[in-house]
Amino acid sequence: MASTTPIDIPPAPPARQSRPATSGGRAGDKIFLGLSRGSGILLLVIMASIAVFLTYRAVLAVSKDEGNFLTTFDWNPAGDPPVFGIAVLLFGTVVSSIVAMVIAVPVAVGIALFISHYAPRKLAAPLSYAVDLLAAVPSIVYGIWGALVLVPHLEGLNLWLDQFFGWTYLFEKTEVGVARSLFTVGILLAIMILPIVTSVSREVFLQVPRMNEEAALALGATRWEVIRLSVLPFGRSGVISASMLGLGRALGETMAVATVLSPSFLISFHLLNPGGGTFAQNIAAKFDESTQFGRDALIASGLVLFVLTLLVNGAARLIIARRKEYSGANA
Amino acid sequence: MKLQRKNRLRATALGALAVSGALVLTACGSDDNTSSDATSGGSSQSASAAASDISCDGATGQLLASGSSAQKNAVDLWVKNYMAACSGVEVNYKSSSSGEGIIAFNQGTVGFAGSDSALKPEEVADSKKICKTGQGINLPMVGGPIAIGFHLEGVDSLTLDAPTLAKIFDTKIKKWNDAAIAKLNPGVDLPDKAIQPFHRSEDSGTTQNLGKYLAATAADDWKYEPEKKWPAPGGQAATGSAGVAAQVKQVDGAIGYFELSYASSQSISTVDINTGAAAPVKASPETASAAIAAAKIKGTGKDLALDLDYTTKAEGAYPIVLVTYEVVCDTGNKAETLPTVKSFLTYTASDAGQKLLTEAGYAPIPAEINAKVRETISALS
Repeated sequence: MASTTPIDIPPAPPARQSRPATSGGRAGDKIFLGLSRGSGILLLVIMASIAVFLTYRAVLAVSKDEGNFLTTFDWNPAGDPPVFGIAVLLFGTVVSSIVAMVIAVPVAVGIALFISHYAPRKLAAPLSYAVDLLAAVPSIVYGIWGALVLVPHLEGLNLWLDQFFGWTYLFEKTEVGVARSLFTVGILLAIMILPIVTSVSREVFLQVPRMNEEAALALGATRWEVIRLSVLPFGRSGVISASMLGLGRALGETMAVATVLSPSFLISFHLLNPGGGTFAQNIAAKFDESTQFGRDALIASGLVLFVLTLLVNGAARLIIARRKEYSGANA
Repeated sequence: MKLQRKNRLRATALGALAVSGALVLTACGSDDNTSSDATSGGSSQSASAAASDISCDGATGQLLASGSSAQKNAVDLWVKNYMAACSGVEVNYKSSSSGEGIIAFNQGTVGFAGSDSALKPEEVADSKKICKTGQGINLPMVGGPIAIGFHLEGVDSLTLDAPTLAKIFDTKIKKWNDAAIAKLNPGVDLPDKAIQPFHRSEDSGTTQNLGKYLAATAADDWKYEPEKKWPAPGGQAATGSAGVAAQVKQVDGAIGYFELSYASSQSISTVDINTGAAAPVKASPETASAAIAAAKIKGTGKDLALDLDYTTKAEGAYPIVLVTYEVVCDTGNKAETLPTVKSFLTYTASDAGQKLLTEAGYAPIPAEINAKVRETISALS
């Protein structure tokens, strides 16, 4: 679990101080220390050189961009003059991920609670296999399923949402076209991130100290009250980190989005209209026919996705750090 | 915890099984769209017939090539016959995209590249680094009609002209029973249904050629520059010719464009084009060839880039065509691959090679232009 690592670190220093005294200068230790330190440094060097290379290529591209890299609603690095911007991609990536999170997190927490606290054992095991299996399905398979099954079947839902929730603006459908929209992408992404969020949440819920639950039951709490008073607060940081893992997948998902979405370089909050785009989908779609310069431009857009992911992870770390007292490691 | 670890292992094993199962299944069905009768029927008879036409002069080793996926099915047939005739030679055409092919060519990693559009001036400039004594040139080798496929319940045949087509793809005409469409299709019962135009989501030579056609024939209704990127803001996009064809097949009221073979293999109805000739023209290899015959060579020196006449009104000439070029160095080809490139391209430009195109749903290059192509190939050095 990602959440437990930072918390595990503090107790380590005293142990380290005592070690040299007992294990002196044994050759094996030294070699092992060198090896592990070496591989650690190697990893950092590789990462740093990748970062330098990508930044260099990105700077090359952005410096020749005739549009504003942040606000242009177009992607045409092969044009004369070259014009490209990430506004639409950033919007599409964020919106589709939000839709995915809004759908997936409550469902995943529900499934996790059901598996850990409600289902009889005979049902819980197969159910958790089934959810874990979803994670093993390659994304292109989701893409094909999405394009052939999900999209045609969502037309009815779209019309219904348009009819009854059109007033929300979000669900007003102003353009004809099948459901190849950011909303559909969000639903597909929700299914794809369901297993990771579910399985991490389930693990966390299973680790709620038995004593807490029994104490609550002894005080006369119902099953739901036990969950509300002891399971959910205890599991909150775990669920948040699980959601962030899922969000990471949703932000970077490529093939499924590329297969299901009808990309266009327009920003619209009408979620049911076909159109929009995401960083990863745009890279996959444009890479083949691009010139060297076009590829540099795509690398630049990829770096923005990287920064976005970094920010999301940072935010998650902050939230988890503030809720340390509830974390599983301290129980 | 231990129990769970076991569970997870089991789940992973099941997952692995599912994945490998899926892989096995997809491996069978993944390959492209060539209608099976075209490949099997065509190649088996021509393999024996062609063998005598192929001269393997000095060709040895491996020849790498890369580029346009539009000509993939044709090149596959050629490679098969060629390798059957010349033992010890391996031709490997990586069908990716025109852009990729030209990049690979200008990096010197391939013997020749396939491209849907002629080299741009800056690409020619780049090629001079690889072709030490010469430069990259375009050899027109494969022609083909771009079919306009549509899906409209209850309507099997449809005639459109360039301005109407431009307005449909620019989402200016929104309903199938629009007066402009009705006028071109007297007697056809057009439903009151929304038109859903589909275009390619990635940059594509097919898009560019359709754009050139619309810009040349319907300048008032199509104000966009012909580029590889789809220019109009409306409509929906799908990936690849296969993706567009799949959407048109699936969605009632859809219209899209792709190479003819995708339409025939998925039995999608195609639009007949009213060019101004006496009768509307159907998309087929023959009608496309007739239109390419009206092309002029615009390349200078040994470059044979074509200037297609999209406005042709000749009887039976289907004007929305695409020509795929093979890009080579005129002089300064790499010594180790030159004999193989020459011998392979000599075969593809030969009568036997060009005849094979019709069988695969493509259009042969007209004799007059083809003669110049052969002449240029024999002079490659």
